[in-house]
Amino acid sequence: MVQVKDGRLMEHPILNFRRGKEVTIYFNGKQIKAYEGETVASALYAAGIRVFSRSFRWHRPRGFFCAIGKCSACMMEVDGVPNVRTCKVYVRDGMQIRTQTGFPSAERDIFAISDKIIDRIFPHGSQYTKFNNKLIRDFVLSQLRKMTGFGNPPKKEFQGNASYEEIHCDVLVIGGGPAGMSAAINAGKYGAKVLLLDENPFLGGQLVKQTHRFFGSAKHKAGTRGIKIAKILEEELRKIPNVDVRLETKAFGIYGREVGAVEKDKLLRIIPKKIVVATGAYERTLIFENNDLPGVYGAGGVQTLMNVYGIKPGNRGLIVGSGNVGLILSYQLLQAGVEVSAIVEAMPRIGGYFVHAAKVRRLGVPIYVRHTILRALGKDRVEGAVIAQLDEKWKPIPGTEKKLDCDFICVAVGLSPTHELLYQAGCKMKFVPELGGLVPLRSKYNETSVKGVYIAGDVAGVEEATAAIMSGRIAAIHAIVELGMGGEEAKKELEEALKDIEEFRAGPFGERIVCGIEKCILASEVEL
Amino acid sequence: MSYLERGYAEINELPPFPSEERMKKKSVAYVECPQPIPCSPCYESCPADAIKMDNINDPPIVDYEKCTGCMNCIRVCPGLAIFMLRLREDGKGEVTLQYEFLPWLKKGDKVELLNRKGEVVGTGIVNWVLPPERNDQTSLVRVEMDAKLIYEVRAVRKVRE
Repeated sequence: MVQVKDGRLMEHPILNFRRGKEVTIYFNGKQIKAYEGETVASALYAAGIRVFSRSFRWHRPRGFFCAIGKCSACMMEVDGVPNVRTCKVYVRDGMQIRTQTGFPSAERDIFAISDKIIDRIFPHGSQYTKFNNKLIRDFVLSQLRKMTGFGNPPKKEFQGNASYEEIHCDVLVIGGGPAGMSAAINAGKYGAKVLLLDENPFLGGQLVKQTHRFFGSAKHKAGTRGIKIAKILEEELRKIPNVDVRLETKAFGIYGREVGAVEKDKLLRIIPKKIVVATGAYERTLIFENNDLPGVYGAGGVQTLMNVYGIKPGNRGLIVGSGNVGLILSYQLLQAGVEVSAIVEAMPRIGGYFVHAAKVRRLGVPIYVRHTILRALGKDRVEGAVIAQLDEKWKPIPGTEKKLDCDFICVAVGLSPTHELLYQAGCKMKFVPELGGLVPLRSKYNETSVKGVYIAGDVAGVEEATAAIMSGRIAAIHAIVELGMGGEEAKKELEEALKDIEEFRAGPFGERIVCGIEKCILASEVEL
Repeated sequence: MSYLERGYAEINELPPFPSEERMKKKSVAYVECPQPIPCSPCYESCPADAIKMDNINDPPIVDYEKCTGCMNCIRVCPGLAIFMLRLREDGKGEVTLQYEFLPWLKKGDKVELLNRKGEVVGTGIVNWVLPPERNDQTSLVRVEMDAKLIYEVRAVRKVRE
């Protein structure tokens, strides 16, 4: 069994957790022990705190969900600043953290009564339909809004040192995951002046939690663990002097030829010649009863908690979705000494690679295909789940309900591209289910309808890291060729890179992606 | 029902086993990777050219006569889908498999033998280990068992004393 102390994994077969100095943080006034290098949310989680906020209107308890700053379930007031995503802020000695929704705190919220009692009289949503008189309706809505909370404005003025910087570069890469790093490396190696931004304090994106060995061929670094691939890419990147890496930097908008970003307390005005957007994707959730209960997490969120911060997510998890993420997570949970109650899949067959499924099945984890989760059980946190079999029309078959014992549920039902920047930049978008949602139209070199704006990785269509690395290479090389750099060599490499990805997607798993991409090739590219 | 509905493969969905004579001579790689996926480290790592794969998406096919039992493929397989099978002179059988759990197994450890469905089918003794630090944290363990069990044992679990 894996040694656990204070909610933290003390050992792991693959990972070696290096925790910093012990610090004390205060949560609603209560002292909590944490270690430097942990985020506030993960330290709170390790201390057993599960309710991070309350829903705005009905004050239902909300917990941790995505752990990578995409959802807003963990927003709290940190050192007087409201609406801070605590999964992105690192602990510091003496830090004061307060929940901002609920009274007196999110954990013990007296307004929670509105979910239990008022709901019987005014069912959720009825405030919009119950009152015919507009005046009464407006009054009720305004009172209801007062009961919600979005935090209070900071009490004191900003004390930091705000500054401003203007940066000119050839290629701006937004996102330092596998696609972004690959784009920066490939543009940088041909001599382009590259600026790489990432909102995290580390490079690697979601690779940092991938403890499994990657698939693909040796030239795609197959057989190497994701965590190591992140390191290899970073080393390669750091060797190129003309690549400027800015961490903890968020790009907030593309305005014609200029990009706005914030690096800690500094405002950046970036004037790039070409832009590669590699912002990745975020986790989807699933509709079922009680799906907002603390204990229902995104699969990636659990991976972050467990593999990045070394915190045990629970004792027994239920996995919803049998794509590669769900299957790999199940195996990772077992490695961390966490039991897996079952894997539930609505499709009639396993969605991910068979070998990943076989790996957990042979350790006794049941896989239920054609099953779905009906509801999560529990009052303030997950205490179990009910699943049921589905018929041909995807309807639950009465009488097949099964109660499963679990203390957390991981939703692994796929990802959606983080497309907001592209949408804001004016790229033509299209909803393509094969690619995970709203994606920009693109040329075969990943250039969007806005000239000079490229896409790479999951934001172009949810696939996986190896393909992301390849697509970053294509986008970057095309961008520098357009800038007149690289000469014949770059042109040759570009064609090679295209062939490479085509080969990679030739199997049945690539078919779906290829089919999706065909739907969003720019009209100007379609041969008549 | 196919392997993708069950999560484990039945014998008829897997490649034929090496002959008994072959497994008596030397240990041989047996690959349980029936699905076409873009993956080829086993093919690339084989020094004997014993693994056939025309396209990266093809499932690997092992030429049991060419396989030298060098274990390069089992060291790198990201799917944990390769097993080395051997029948010994003394009537015992041996399965070598990848192992990534704590506590790490050591020579002489008694283990429960699990089949593809995760059912316990017997017990065995670990008689050789490639420690995790020598193979990027994936340990290889060779387990001694009843000869007839080598066709179904695909995982082991340490017996708690």
